[in-house]
Amino acid sequence: MSGSGRLLAVEDLTVAFGPTKAVDRISFTLDAGETLGLVGESGCGKSTTAMALIRLLQGAETGGHAWFEGVDLVAVAEERMREIRGGAIGMIFQDPATALHPMIRVGDQVAETLRTHRRLGAKAARARTIELFRQVGVAAPEERLSVYPHEMSGGMCQRVIIAMAIACSPRLLLADEPTTALDVTVQAQILELLHSIARDGAMSMILITHDLGVVAGVTNRVAVMYAGVIVETAPTDRLFADPKHPYTQGLLRSIPRLDSGWDEDMPTIAGAVHDAHALPGCRFAPRCPLAAEVCREAPPLRSFGADHQAACWRAS
Amino acid sequence: MFDSVVGTLPAVTPPRRHASRLFFRHRLAALGLVVIVALVLSAAFAPWLSPYNPDDLDMANRYAPPLSAGHLLGSDDLGRDVLTRLMYAGQVSLSVGVAAMAVTVIVGFAIGAFAAYLGGWIDVALMRVTDTMLCFPSVFLLLFVAAFVTPSLASISLMIGLTCWMELARVIYGQIRVLRSADFVAAARMVGAPAWRIILRQILPNVMAPILVAATLNTANAILLESYISFLGYGIQPPQASWGNMLTNAQSDFLVDPWLALMPGLAITLAVTSFNFIGDGLRDALDPKMSRR
Amino acid sequence: MSEAIVEAIGLALHYKLPGNRLLRAVDGVDLTIGRGATLGLVGESGSGKSTLGRTLVGLQSPSEGEVRFEGEPVAGARRAKLVRLRRQRQIVFQDPSGALNPRMTLGDTIVEHLRVQGFSRVAARERAGEVLTLAGLSRAFSGRYPHEVSGGQRQRAVIARAISTDPAFIVADEPVSALDVSTRAQIMNLMRELQRRSGLAMLFISHDLSIVAHMCREVAVMYLGQLVERAPRDSLFRTPLHPYTAALLSAIPAPDPVLERTRTRIVLKGETPDPSAIPPGCRFHTRCLRATEVCTRVTPETRMLLPGHTVACHHPLEA
Repeated sequence: MSGSGRLLAVEDLTVAFGPTKAVDRISFTLDAGETLGLVGESGCGKSTTAMALIRLLQGAETGGHAWFEGVDLVAVAEERMREIRGGAIGMIFQDPATALHPMIRVGDQVAETLRTHRRLGAKAARARTIELFRQVGVAAPEERLSVYPHEMSGGMCQRVIIAMAIACSPRLLLADEPTTALDVTVQAQILELLHSIARDGAMSMILITHDLGVVAGVTNRVAVMYAGVIVETAPTDRLFADPKHPYTQGLLRSIPRLDSGWDEDMPTIAGAVHDAHALPGCRFAPRCPLAAEVCREAPPLRSFGADHQAACWRAS
Repeated sequence: MFDSVVGTLPAVTPPRRHASRLFFRHRLAALGLVVIVALVLSAAFAPWLSPYNPDDLDMANRYAPPLSAGHLLGSDDLGRDVLTRLMYAGQVSLSVGVAAMAVTVIVGFAIGAFAAYLGGWIDVALMRVTDTMLCFPSVFLLLFVAAFVTPSLASISLMIGLTCWMELARVIYGQIRVLRSADFVAAARMVGAPAWRIILRQILPNVMAPILVAATLNTANAILLESYISFLGYGIQPPQASWGNMLTNAQSDFLVDPWLALMPGLAITLAVTSFNFIGDGLRDALDPKMSRR
Repeated sequence: MSEAIVEAIGLALHYKLPGNRLLRAVDGVDLTIGRGATLGLVGESGSGKSTLGRTLVGLQSPSEGEVRFEGEPVAGARRAKLVRLRRQRQIVFQDPSGALNPRMTLGDTIVEHLRVQGFSRVAARERAGEVLTLAGLSRAFSGRYPHEVSGGQRQRAVIARAISTDPAFIVADEPVSALDVSTRAQIMNLMRELQRRSGLAMLFISHDLSIVAHMCREVAVMYLGQLVERAPRDSLFRTPLHPYTAALLSAIPAPDPVLERTRTRIVLKGETPDPSAIPPGCRFHTRCLRATEVCTRVTPETRMLLPGHTVACHHPLEA
């Protein structure tokens, strides 16, 4: 069962920290060239999922499978994992300031990735680095090679990180909140950049974010997570046009719109995510306007049309 | 009108209970606590517990070794019961230790806190004083001062306290420098709270951990320092007994009766080590990183 | 007409940096906020919006210019006036965890806040219970510590503390940015309701225009320490006049895939310059797509081009 031809096939992935399951048996797939948005609020497990896929978690027990190009990322040996990390799979983290080594020039950091994974010599690595910098929009790339991270702005740092992540032409890019720490005008630039890179390089991307607006512009499909489980997954257009799960509906309604509804009270989702991980049955039930007796049993993902699934007994 | 808030709050162990659980996991700390309690009780209830009066002479049984008839821990050069004297001396040594610790904690906290919170020239002045005093080894400083001061319980406690506050001042300074820019401090400042009130009500509860640890470790240190200067003759003066000056007398008699030196030495060691273990246990129990369970 | 409750006149905040440089956090701001008004202050990092907000409530002192409250200068206020100033101006901070003393219960935090102001212990306890309820927290929360409650509940406690003295003016500095999306709406509704009820004036600082749209009747935009545009909300959103405002509006990702695909986005050049090295002339010219030669030399004046709508630009967008 090695994923049936898809680039990435995650099956029943579970991540547990002691007794708590931060991620509880989630499954999803990703095709080549597709961008999947993994959306949810704090504590839903989206970042944990990404970290689990490339095995960067400390002190966690990971179960299930994640088939990537015939290899199970959950079970594969550490040596092979190291080759894949940075090579076939690239990753972008949230805070650009801490993702780069503060004492090494940025040019050297990118070159290091190239030399490790592609075995390029110093000259070739330098040339490729300049090319990459140009591709990600770093002005005057030759001069920027010898700059330290603290001498660059947030947006510039993030561009360097993207350069590092795509240096070895990965087939899959994991982007964890890549624009959250940036100003909104810079965010637009970076999202534009990611979008074009994914398109031109036929690279697949998993974009992790809490911002549904970001997802709307860049992704082909969306998976919504809540308290460690995926509650809905659909093509982007369909998710926004016709959300099935009450959480997704509530989330979309509670986003302040720029074009309307300024003077009305904003619709809200009652309560807060509190110990939802420990609940048997549907985890969203305590906050759900549609909750009923049947919700005491955890709902599976049910189909609601082409490629559209939601985990809810009461959705229609 | 208002959104109803989910009223169920998660059950959380209150911070104090959690800390004491962690403390007692540290075996040596728990043991240290038992020992200290025993020492304090024996000192406090000496008049009722001791087999003799501290000044009762028994010239017939001078230099009796421990476990001899009538003297569980032996007797000294004047036939006075060692166990009794240890208990009464314990009153002195332990109270000097605690009193000196109190002085250290109050002075150290005040200096560190005001320097950190007020900043400016006060900061510079106070920290330079601290740094200067740190240059002198505390024992020599103490002896120097002791030579000029008439020794009494109060003056000795004060002297010891005033030579040991610098490290705590530094630790507090570092912690408060960070806390100073916290928003909750800004909120208090904005509403007009004076500096002393902010330091006591807002900041102090957040630095209790280093203070408690420093308090126990400083008590151990103070007991040791008292025994140094009393042993050298500059501290507690006979006939009042302290563990330290019991050692002075015992020094000349060492070849005749080594037990006279070992007994007070043991008492000092027990007290100091126990306080140190308690300090270690407190440090572990109050360390925020370890309490993430 | 509502009279002005808070005014900033020629306000500037400069910080000295090593190497004889000056960080101009706020660099010449004139601002008036009317009694009961809700003004949004929008800007990105380096704009100085937080610094301005903190100065208006007295947390920081200006390097130049002055702040006036109810028509009188704030600096040098004495006894009775000082007490009144402290009660009347309050702030809601961005990060609810840092804004509450971790070692004090939510109730105690508010009681202490009131006791400093001279409330008796009994009166303070009474009022603390009152405002916690107003903020949507039941009595049980009074005895809880910050780490025992959620982010949204913490922020409610911060808000409760701010309204406990019944202030006439509140600065809300990014009050919902640190909260989850679903909690944001709750807190925004709460703040709106409280503002409506008590008629207090509010300065709502945020980098997110869509949040500001729901909270304020007027909006001002800051860039590198200066106000570049100010207008009634509808006017700013429907007809932005400053190129920066237009770029901000267009940069906000909308939760609407069709819109995202079809709209044309204004993408600015480069990034915000460092506040210690402010460009000459119009400070926005380094990123502006409409900049011309005059923009590099001459600082634009603030002009009113539409009713109640002012802008500082040599080439404002079509009105």
